[in-house]
Amino acid sequence: MLKGRAFKFGDNISTDLIAPGRLVHLRSNLPELAKHVLEDADPTFAARVKPGDFVVGGSNFGLGSSREHAPVIIKMAGVSAVLAKSVARIFFRNAINVGLPVLVCDTDKINEGDELEIDLASGIIQNKTNGETLTSGKLPEAMLAILNEGGLKPYIRKYGDFQI
Amino acid sequence: MGKNLAEKILSEKTGSDVKSGDIVVSPVDWALVQDTTGPLTVREFLALELPKLANPAHTILFIDHAAPSPQKQLSCDHTFLRKFANDYGAVLSDVGEGVCHQIMAEKYARPGDVIVGADSHTVTAGGLGAFATGMGSSDVAAAFGLGKTWFRVPETFFIRMTGKFQNHVTAKDVILHLIGLIGADGATYKALEFGGDGVADMSVTDRLTIANMAVEAGAKVGLFPSDILTQEYLTQQGRAGDYRSLTADAGAVYERIIDIDLSNLEPTIAKPHTVDNTATVTELKGTKVDQVFIGTCTNGRLSDLKQAAEILRGKRRNPGTRLLVGPASPQVLLAGMKLGYIQTLVEAGAVILPPGCAGCLGVHQGVLGDGEVCLSTANRNFLGRMGNPEGYIYLSSTPTAAASAITGVITDPREVA
Repeated sequence: MLKGRAFKFGDNISTDLIAPGRLVHLRSNLPELAKHVLEDADPTFAARVKPGDFVVGGSNFGLGSSREHAPVIIKMAGVSAVLAKSVARIFFRNAINVGLPVLVCDTDKINEGDELEIDLASGIIQNKTNGETLTSGKLPEAMLAILNEGGLKPYIRKYGDFQI
Repeated sequence: MGKNLAEKILSEKTGSDVKSGDIVVSPVDWALVQDTTGPLTVREFLALELPKLANPAHTILFIDHAAPSPQKQLSCDHTFLRKFANDYGAVLSDVGEGVCHQIMAEKYARPGDVIVGADSHTVTAGGLGAFATGMGSSDVAAAFGLGKTWFRVPETFFIRMTGKFQNHVTAKDVILHLIGLIGADGATYKALEFGGDGVADMSVTDRLTIANMAVEAGAKVGLFPSDILTQEYLTQQGRAGDYRSLTADAGAVYERIIDIDLSNLEPTIAKPHTVDNTATVTELKGTKVDQVFIGTCTNGRLSDLKQAAEILRGKRRNPGTRLLVGPASPQVLLAGMKLGYIQTLVEAGAVILPPGCAGCLGVHQGVLGDGEVCLSTANRNFLGRMGNPEGYIYLSSTPTAAASAITGVITDPREVA
């Protein structure tokens, strides 16, 4: 069971907002880059987020670049899952590959600061602040298998190949 | 039942009868990275502890995004990539050798290939009929070592194009119009397949521009058929042997069909800060522009230099508007020199940038100042994209950009030329 607070963002949170291109020189220093996560969407986020908290977006979360640094630094900042109404294709797959759960649900029913409890196995999201219960769509089997191993690297190291 | 292009290519690659929705593991013909995603890919590959690259001659490391390097950290990333290419026998395309997607089109991509790249605009090679898609560093690292990857076979939207362009309306206007129509997430997880009579006389250059931005509608791939014009292009590149005809079957199944009449299209612009925030040039006429940027993997080809030179010949850029031109490859630059386009552009006040990604991603060569407006022929106008979240990026075709450089405000190319 994951527990934490919601940090609410709007629609179309691009990879440029998550990991700004102007900081490309920090991409080989991920802990340093993580200090700037989502900086251009909310300059206070990195300082306020605590381990276990959730990033909650609107539609088309993570659109843009294929830079895997974006989900990596969200995870490094301590975020335990990303919730959004819809997720851009490359970001979705990258997040699963780095072991960051992504749940697609009706995030209009989550407000900034709400306390959430998430059961990843069932995809049930309890909003402890307003009493709403949300359900997220199921991940495709291939993605679930990768996420269950903690990401693509541990998956490949274990199986040596795609077991799909 | 007939197959669409995505199903056809993945069926052939996997040796099975696949349809949209299936999960497949497919061999990969080419795997590529560039200098901003490459170091992470290389580190992930090394951490996988796979013995070697599955296909070194088809593993390509491009140094194009921050090239030449403006910072020591990036210089060290470049050194790391060069050493890896040398140690593992991968292909290296170094500083000044061009934008990865342009070089893939010029030298490597073949109709029917499966191409994965740690760069979202890897989709560009769909203009040559390749199933080419952007992925993250972990996926490409696995493809480096295993020579394969997994895909969900996408459902396909068929974009049926008819008619002919009006003067000064281009392929860029088509794709901006389409993204405005369906939205930045309108084709998420889908394939966009382009066809219809309008494609038959659409150059490979135009096809590459359109395929390049398929990802801006969320698509996994943007696919064009491979036909006589593909054959001519590959022959010009000295790769006649790489040609094969590839078209969707009659009776192919599509999730949605979208019709675009090219003859009705207007010069189109995407306003800040999303690509689907489109308007016609007419609606935005008069908006002040501080910088015009013509280039990148979207519009840095010879046809763009030609369009820009024709509009700027004998004229000067507006004194209040900087004009940056970045040819996508040395081949483009050399041809542009030979044909006089580069001289014309320099005489008009343009700064010629080295072949590469230039200012597109906000690392160097055109970073915006606070409150500045850039009219760019690149593919993204996200907040912060050109290095400054206080800047404003509008996207347009090359003729619109060139015309606007003269007046200093967004201008309809049909009125200047």
